[in-house]
This record gives sequence, C-alpha cells and structure tokens, in this order.
Amino acid sequence: MLSLLGANWSTFLLGFWNTILCSLISLFFSLIIGSGFAILETVPNKFWRAVAKVYVEIFRNIPLLVVTMVFYLVLPTYTPLKLTGFQAGTIGLSIYSSAFIAETVRSGIQSVGTGQMEGARSNGMTYWQAMRYVILPQAFRIVIPPLGNQFVNLIKNSSILAFVAGFDLMYQGDIVASNTFQTIPSYVLVGLFYLALTLPLSYYMQYLEKKGV
Amino acid sequence: MAAIIEFKKVNKFYGDYHALKNVNLSIDEGEVVSIIGPSGAGKSTLIRTMNGLEGISSGVLEVDGYDLGDKKTDLNKIRRNVGMVFQHFNLYENHTVLENVMLAPRIVLHRDEKENREIAEKLLKQVGLLDKEDSYPRQLSGGQKQRVAIARSLAMKPKVLLFDEPTSALDPEMIQDVLDVMQSIAAEGMTMVVVTHEMGFAREVSDRVIFFDQGQVLEDSHNPKDFFEHPRNLRAQEFLSKVIYH
Repeated sequence: MLSLLGANWSTFLLGFWNTILCSLISLFFSLIIGSGFAILETVPNKFWRAVAKVYVEIFRNIPLLVVTMVFYLVLPTYTPLKLTGFQAGTIGLSIYSSAFIAETVRSGIQSVGTGQMEGARSNGMTYWQAMRYVILPQAFRIVIPPLGNQFVNLIKNSSILAFVAGFDLMYQGDIVASNTFQTIPSYVLVGLFYLALTLPLSYYMQYLEKKGV
Repeated sequence: MAAIIEFKKVNKFYGDYHALKNVNLSIDEGEVVSIIGPSGAGKSTLIRTMNGLEGISSGVLEVDGYDLGDKKTDLNKIRRNVGMVFQHFNLYENHTVLENVMLAPRIVLHRDEKENREIAEKLLKQVGLLDKEDSYPRQLSGGQKQRVAIARSLAMKPKVLLFDEPTSALDPEMIQDVLDVMQSIAAEGMTMVVVTHEMGFAREVSDRVIFFDQGQVLEDSHNPKDFFEHPRNLRAQEFLSKVIYH
C-alpha cells in the first residue's frame, strides 16, 4: 500500500488539496450563510422568519447530489453561468451545509432563553446589540459540539466533487484505482486521507467543548 | 411633582384573557411605589408594560414623556431611562460582573471607557460586590446576582427603576442584602416601582402601596403604615390577613 501511495503520490496529493480547499471554502460560506438564516429564523418579524424557514427546509430536504447538479448542469444550460465541477460542487456543498448549520445555530439561539434578551433590551440595547453582545456568543458556545458534527459531515460530503469531476480526494482515488487495478488499497488510502482531516477536527472540537471557550 | 408614569384607561388582553382592566395610575418622580397582590393578579404584566416589554391593547400609557401605545415610539430610548430588575436576574451569562455593568453604557450611551469603569466600580462597591468584579454570574449566589443586576441598571443612570419580584427567587438569608440595597437607592431619591411579596419593604420603605388584583388597582394608599393596619378594600383585607398572619 505504501508503494501504491508512493507511486501515485501527486495524484493523491492533488485530491487531498482540492478536498481541503473545497471544505475550507464551504465551511466559511456555510457558516456565514447558515448563521445568517439562523438569526433570521429567530427575528420577531414573521415575514423574514418564513423566508428563512423556506430556505432551510428546501435545502435540508433535497439530496446534496441534486443541489450540486443544479449548479453543474441546470444553471449552465439555462443561463450563461459556466461552472467547473469544483466550483459547482463547492457551491452546492456550501448551500446544502448552510441549511443544517442554520438549524444547529437556531437551536442554540433559542436555548439561550428569553430572559437574556429581556435583560439586554431593558438595559437599553437594541435587538441587534443584544444579539451581537449577549445572545449569539452564548448560542455559539452551546452549539460547538453539534457544529463540530456538521463540519465533519461537510468534509465527508465534499466527496460530492467526485461526481462532477471536481478532482477531489475521492475522484483522484477513483483514478488511481482504475489505473492500477488495486481497488481496495486505493480506497483504503482515500479513507485514511479523510481521517487525517476529520479526526483532528473532531478532537479539536472536543477540546473546545471541554475548555468551554 | 410631575408624573413620570401615567396609565389612562389601559387595557391589556392575551387573546381572550383580560390581564389589565381599565387601569388608571399615575406615578410621580421620586416616588417609591410597592405593588402587592396575589399571584396571577397581573402585577408583572402591569410593570412590564412600563418599559414596553409588554404592549398594551388600548388606552394611553406615557412614560418619561413617551407614548408607549404609539407604534412609532422608539422603545430603546425609553429603556435607557427606565431600568428593570427581574426575578431571575437575567445577568449576561457570557460576561463578567464588571462587564455586565459596563456593557450597556458603553454600547448604548457611548460613555467614555475610563468614566464607565469608575462608575461601574463605584456601583459595585455600593452593592458590596467590588471583589466579585471578575467573576461570572454562574459563580455568584442568587442574592449576589440580584445586587449585580441592580448595579447594572443603575449604571445607565435611569430616571425610573422597575423591580419585578426582585427577591422572590432568593434564599431567605439573601433577601435582606437585596432589600438593603434597594432601600439605599430609595433613600437617594430614585423613582422606584416594586412588585413584591415583601410586606416589610412595602410597609417600611415605600411611599405608596398599590393593591392590585384581577387586573385592577383595588387600593392605592399614600400611607403604607395605615394601609397595612386598615386596608379598606375587602380583598386587600383578605389578602393581608393571609400574608401577614399565616
């Protein structure tokens, strides 16, 4: 297996790099988009709450593959927008994951308790100041463990790139497997590369949880 | 003295439930008013309308010159001048004691940082908790939390302080510390409205006692000692006989 790895080092490395890149980009955008919709899901205004709910329910309940295909096939067919497999997969993954992150963060916001908001508002803060300085810091602390889960899921789900020729770890593993006919060792190596990403992340999240940030 | 809080025929409904019934009530600057009455009488609803935590359904409610019934009124402006202390403290769990006191003056009033700190430390000293300034709320007892909450409200230099059952969630031995702090604030001339079950406080410290039941002001006395000895309203008599001689 080591010789297989040595002989195909650059192929694996490209995949590893693309998986990391896709994961980081998706993590960044899904966290921002997801948190945004989570906040929107808890605002007093019913209209915006409904908008957020629709977004979350749509993208949480459609398979990742379908979301990705929209960006890879549907958009280029009907619009001038041309996306590479990597781009389409990363956008699909960001949007798909953001729906789950929105639900996670929303549950955190709601578990903070109305007393904190009332205390802040009675102290003269605006709704958004209360959110920014009192509610959200507590909400994010509460959701660190489930958020960690979502991040691990996101990394694993980045294998969607293999389906749209995104040159990720899974895709490159397929190439090695079909070129060398060493199917099982190839995929074992792919699995080990994923573990190299997800295990440290899991442990880091557990560390953050224990430390209580 | 001018009225700082004025209810004119205020009604409040929760669905079909009539929580405040045609309330007329005027509270002057500098008054210390205790609101007493049985559970479920609407006392908390009444006090929570005074800073807009609860809206009113009809009537006119003016606080510090603002019309709370008007949707265009900026509640944030009222709340800068009307502080509130809660039964369950509601301290910011993610901030230290000192930060709890300094946060709102910093971000709402944009008070100079050095001055903000001086004021906060002076207030914490006043409530006897300067040595806890770096603690988090979870490290404090209930009585300590409530005193921090009072300091936090005072830091905004409010014109009125509202207390919604400030001692109801406290262990008996903690209650006196909080009442002492409230008494010292009253002595400084702060306008205070206190929903309470502490009859001793209502009788000894307040200028005025309001007996509130079934969403109505049933008795309004500017002589608390007289009220506790000779309540005129029948339900007030009943209530006091149960509370005092139980």
